[in-house]
Amino acid sequence: MNLFDYVADRWDRLSLQAWLHVSEVVQSTIIAAVLGVLIGVAVYRSPIGSALATALASTILTVPSFALLGLLIPVVGLGATPTVIALVLYALLPITRNTIVGLGGVDPAIRDAARGIGMSRVGVLARVELRLAWPAILAGMRVATQMLMGIAVIAAYAKGPGLGGEVFSGLVRAGSANATNQALAGTLGVVILALLLEAVYFLIARFTVSRGIRG
Amino acid sequence: MADTENVSGVEIQLDNVTKRYPGSREPAVRDVTMTIPAGKIVILVGPSGCGKTTTMRMINRLIEPSSGTITIGGEDALRLNADTLRRKVGYAIQQAGLFPHFTVAQNISVVPGLLGWERGRINDRVDEMMDLVGLDPAQYRDRFPRQLSGGQQQRVGVARALAADPPVLLMDEPFGAVDPITRGNLQDELLRLQTDLRKTIVFVTHDFDEAVKLGDKIAVLGDQSTIQQYDTPEAILANPANDMVAGFVGAGASLKQLTLLRVRDVDYEDIALTAPADESPATLRQRMIEQNRTYALVLDQRRRPLRWVHVRALSTASSLTGAGTPVGDSVSTQSTLHDALEAILAEGGHAVVTGTRGEYVGMIDITTVTDTIKQLREEHEAGSAAS
Repeated sequence: MNLFDYVADRWDRLSLQAWLHVSEVVQSTIIAAVLGVLIGVAVYRSPIGSALATALASTILTVPSFALLGLLIPVVGLGATPTVIALVLYALLPITRNTIVGLGGVDPAIRDAARGIGMSRVGVLARVELRLAWPAILAGMRVATQMLMGIAVIAAYAKGPGLGGEVFSGLVRAGSANATNQALAGTLGVVILALLLEAVYFLIARFTVSRGIRG
Repeated sequence: MADTENVSGVEIQLDNVTKRYPGSREPAVRDVTMTIPAGKIVILVGPSGCGKTTTMRMINRLIEPSSGTITIGGEDALRLNADTLRRKVGYAIQQAGLFPHFTVAQNISVVPGLLGWERGRINDRVDEMMDLVGLDPAQYRDRFPRQLSGGQQQRVGVARALAADPPVLLMDEPFGAVDPITRGNLQDELLRLQTDLRKTIVFVTHDFDEAVKLGDKIAVLGDQSTIQQYDTPEAILANPANDMVAGFVGAGASLKQLTLLRVRDVDYEDIALTAPADESPATLRQRMIEQNRTYALVLDQRRRPLRWVHVRALSTASSLTGAGTPVGDSVSTQSTLHDALEAILAEGGHAVVTGTRGEYVGMIDITTVTDTIKQLREEHEAGSAAS
């Protein structure tokens, strides 16, 4: 059986796993984006706060994903929960850091003008600062998503959903029938999905970044 | 008096305003008291770091005063909600501070939007403001700031500041970042706008020439924003209050003064011998010999100056239209004395003055100019000695 026959034969299961894979990565990115932007907004005015938040998020990223999952399993059990927690934690660094950089990069004269013509603090943040930092935040989300596509494969170790299960069981059964096909189908599936998400990000940027600040 | 009608500005009063930053012993602004009259342009001018910008920013409370009171149109500015206050005070800054992600129209409509105007009214207002600052709405409405030149951005900045028709306009070196020619145009335009709008404008600059050109009154500020002199440009140029002001006025105070005076303000005299173009050369020569003149000015039917003729040229000339030399630079009664001086120097000692329809009204010479400056200086000295 070649790879194409294998994929055609197991399409139902593979497509479901692919969907679950994308779904957990996207949901984790969104949760991380909300948290990351909130953290960024909270700390960007203070140099110490910014340094602390970035350092903390970096530290999380240095923990090997395998180890992090291993540590989470005794606390929250197996399945989707430890997977999502791990993915969100890993996505925090690029998003938080880019939010801080993006907000810090807003020209002080523009902030001054916004205050000077009578926008409230919240108004300045929502209508000016976040809008101007949005391309940087979006870039952070994009990096986070690409990273999570790979890390989500490891999450199969915690019995999380997604294509990781295919890769793992293919590798465990190495030598037996269809083992290579199974591992390959999982791996290629992740690559293809990552490229698709990349295209989605391109479209989001196209429609949500003002033409006035598009590079 | 017509001067007080149509004034949309209100008076601003600063009383003992001080700004002290925590951790620094000396205040940034010390005990400033000044009245900014309604409908006038008042320039705060001074060296870098003297606190002039801080003083201005306390008026819309981008910086909160440590002590003292500020009233705008009789209302205590420190009691209002700061955001509400700022929506009633226009604010334009250097490099415009436009929102790069908003179009020109969106930038201008921010303050009306904050004030809750209806969409239709905002749209009309955007077009009106763009016309006012000389940008074609059809062409520029949907452009983004980066698609505009520096001068155009500055115009949009002014339009945004004026969009909600605030009685007061604060301008912080608004023309500091554009080239000299554009700056000159923007200054002229601001003066043109002001003749219609009659806002109270507080304008910060470090360029004294700009202050002289734009200001109804100039406040020269020293360290900690202390007022060294607060008077009309004429008075400051004629009689600087102290060495610091004199140093800031700089060299060429007399020349700067000439830009403030118009020919109509001085005594020009109808001293030239004039002749209509159809008079015969012989009769004119006769008149000139009788009156002991060497030159006569030939005028056309509408009394506009045409040529200078010398008495010796008349004996051979067949008509006055071909004799002598054409009149070079002439000055109108609207010209500044600075332009008049230029014409006098170019013409060799005197220049022809023409009225509103270009007709001959008199002559101005270099002694008129020097006498005027001398007289002004004496007046202001007498004025300050009396006060």
